[in-house]
Amino acid sequence: MTAYLLRRLLYAVPILIGVNLLTFALFFLVNTPDDMARLHLGVKRVTPEAVAKWKAARGYDKPLLVNAGAAGLAKVSDTIFFEKSLTMFAFQFGDSDDGRDIADAIKTRMWPSLAIALPTFVIGLLVNITVALILLFFRRTYVEWTGVVALVAMMSVSGLFFIIGGQFLFAKVWQLAPISGYQDGLNAARFVWLPILIGVFGGIGAGARWYRTLFLEEAGKDYVRTARAKGLSETRVLFRHILKNGMVPILTGAVAVFPLLFMGSLIMESFFGIPGLGSYTIDAINSQDFAIVRAMVFLGAVLYIVGLILTDVSYTLVDPRVRLQ
Amino acid sequence: MMPVLLWTDGLIFLLVAGLAAFVFVVRRHEHLAAPWRRVAADPVAMAAAVVLLCFVAIAVLDSLHFRPALPAGPQGEIQYAPEVKSVLDRTLAPLTAHQEKSYSAPFATRLFTREAITLADGRTVRDFPRLQYGGAALADPDAGRASDILVRTATGLAGGLAAWLVLVWALRRPLRRSAARGPILYTLLAVFLIAGAMVALAPHYHVFGTDKVGQDVLYTTLKSIRTGVLIGALTTLMTLPLAIGLGVSAGYFGGRIDDVVQYLYTTLNAIPGVLLIAAAVLMMQTQLETHPDWFETGAERADLRLLFLCMILGMTNWTGLARLLRGETLKVRELDYVVAARAFGVSNTRILLRHILPNVQHIVLISVVMDFSGLVLAEAVLSYVGVGVDPGMMSFGNMINGARLELAREPVVWWQLVAAFAFMFVLVLSANLFADSVRDALDPRSRSRS
Repeated sequence: MTAYLLRRLLYAVPILIGVNLLTFALFFLVNTPDDMARLHLGVKRVTPEAVAKWKAARGYDKPLLVNAGAAGLAKVSDTIFFEKSLTMFAFQFGDSDDGRDIADAIKTRMWPSLAIALPTFVIGLLVNITVALILLFFRRTYVEWTGVVALVAMMSVSGLFFIIGGQFLFAKVWQLAPISGYQDGLNAARFVWLPILIGVFGGIGAGARWYRTLFLEEAGKDYVRTARAKGLSETRVLFRHILKNGMVPILTGAVAVFPLLFMGSLIMESFFGIPGLGSYTIDAINSQDFAIVRAMVFLGAVLYIVGLILTDVSYTLVDPRVRLQ
Repeated sequence: MMPVLLWTDGLIFLLVAGLAAFVFVVRRHEHLAAPWRRVAADPVAMAAAVVLLCFVAIAVLDSLHFRPALPAGPQGEIQYAPEVKSVLDRTLAPLTAHQEKSYSAPFATRLFTREAITLADGRTVRDFPRLQYGGAALADPDAGRASDILVRTATGLAGGLAAWLVLVWALRRPLRRSAARGPILYTLLAVFLIAGAMVALAPHYHVFGTDKVGQDVLYTTLKSIRTGVLIGALTTLMTLPLAIGLGVSAGYFGGRIDDVVQYLYTTLNAIPGVLLIAAAVLMMQTQLETHPDWFETGAERADLRLLFLCMILGMTNWTGLARLLRGETLKVRELDYVVAARAFGVSNTRILLRHILPNVQHIVLISVVMDFSGLVLAEAVLSYVGVGVDPGMMSFGNMINGARLELAREPVVWWQLVAAFAFMFVLVLSANLFADSVRDALDPRSRSRS
């Protein structure tokens, strides 16, 4: 097990290097730092001095890959690639383009993000499984038919509609929740319940439908027929056999996305003014702060790989047939 | 006038031509046609297909672009207007011409906001001024409005019904043996009735109201359809070569190639989708901004941006399909007839084209139709994040984005949002229903199950 984990971790290194190179290429080769500077300072009427000053203040005035003017190790280390890209492997994200420490911002903004993403995820999982099981229980009745139609319809509604509509109804018309904002500690509950509710509700369409297909696949297998044939009650078949075996792909799939919850939800956070990582990213995109976008890309990639490894581990835990070697 | 062929126009025509060729080939091969006949017999799928076709027709009409000629100059030389119009614009000319001052509610005869009006006797009062075009034919806007709308709607519905009856008569032969005849005709009836009512009402009222600058919302909504359809369709067009090429060769050749392809898609998957798209779009934006000489008109610029957006979405979207294709190719390559072909010394290219591709094509088709609706929805979200289509381009995302802050007004400006969401819902729902049916018919696994 340990050896397997080590190998998986080693396998993660080339992927992270790939992500790193890709972001470097996107951010520094396709557009030079000069382009970035001009974008920030306005395209027209920019003096070369202003561009040089902008670059120097943010450390973008170095050579891209090889610093020919420096001696020894500094030939490689005193470059944009080393300082802006490679240092991310040590989680040194540096400063954002407006001069604030990115790592600090991530540490404080992680919690509001989790306060919304985690409950949305857990409650959503439970609700979706419940809905899928109910539909399975009423197989080949009008309940199932209506339910499936409702799910397809809900899946076809834009997520923005749920957010805008929910915010309008609950916060503005009925005034049950503050329209936006956030407070730390227990007060947070007042602000997060509505985003969580909307997030769960908006996810039912696609989520429950997906779980339903998983359960249906399980329900078509031979052991289920055997269970029915030996006279087990329908509830027993559903909960002891189908649910138990259907949970394997559901749990492992859930574990894979679990680490990514840290990244928060882009849209939800910015609509409700939650100071989390999602709104941080959106603000960075809107103000074209490439340093933050680069950091978030790298962080996302790390979390994705953690998710992959967790999935493998969780397979051995829930399914005794799978052995890691 | 001077015809203009934008990049996306060319691609959409290519796509339509490709679709026609596909239909032609499928009709001639029984084993290919069989699953599609099941789709054709599915009432829900065919009703959805009718609605989808209407959307596509609007998108194609909106893709026939031209630059209208300006009045001839003193020497008689012909000049062309700087802005690019489409056939749809020409058809909807009354709507574009009927520009009000600002917001007005659906079917309103007065502006949404109060303004200072100078009366005939010289006094100035603050009141809701009459709209310039909405209900302009009415002598007394408050009393005659309801009956006027009713009469016009009735005429429109009657016209729609008449057109539908003609169509039913024209279609009686091709549809005679169709199992889904009823649903097709009834969906068409609904489409015709709605269209008839719109045609009768739209020149005299703003059916969906007007937006902030007084533009008719019905017009914006209809123009947004092209953007949505294009994003859904062109992105998959961009995805296919990468996904098929890399996925199939990874599965077929294995070894080093497989390693490289797997590494590629794991790396791309590792980057959160929205962020990768955002990063790429930001870069593209900088490029476009530093090279204003690449395009002549604003429409060309917006069009190029849309094309790049489709490419970027395609670059980030191919991984899922490639993985599926790799898995399926791994299975197919071990089948007896492929092994036999290899033993006979058939070349790899030939095996891939004759034996592998035809046996994985159902996966490609299923994923194309399944991805379409997701992409239409994604456009709205991306536009909200600020990395979607050009802000000057009419799209559902831009409509929602522009209107969402107006919900905070008192009284609420709701019509823009409702119109955008409603059209998007109908488009995505019909795409989803059609996709479900295609998947059920083409996936061999689901065939054996039911």
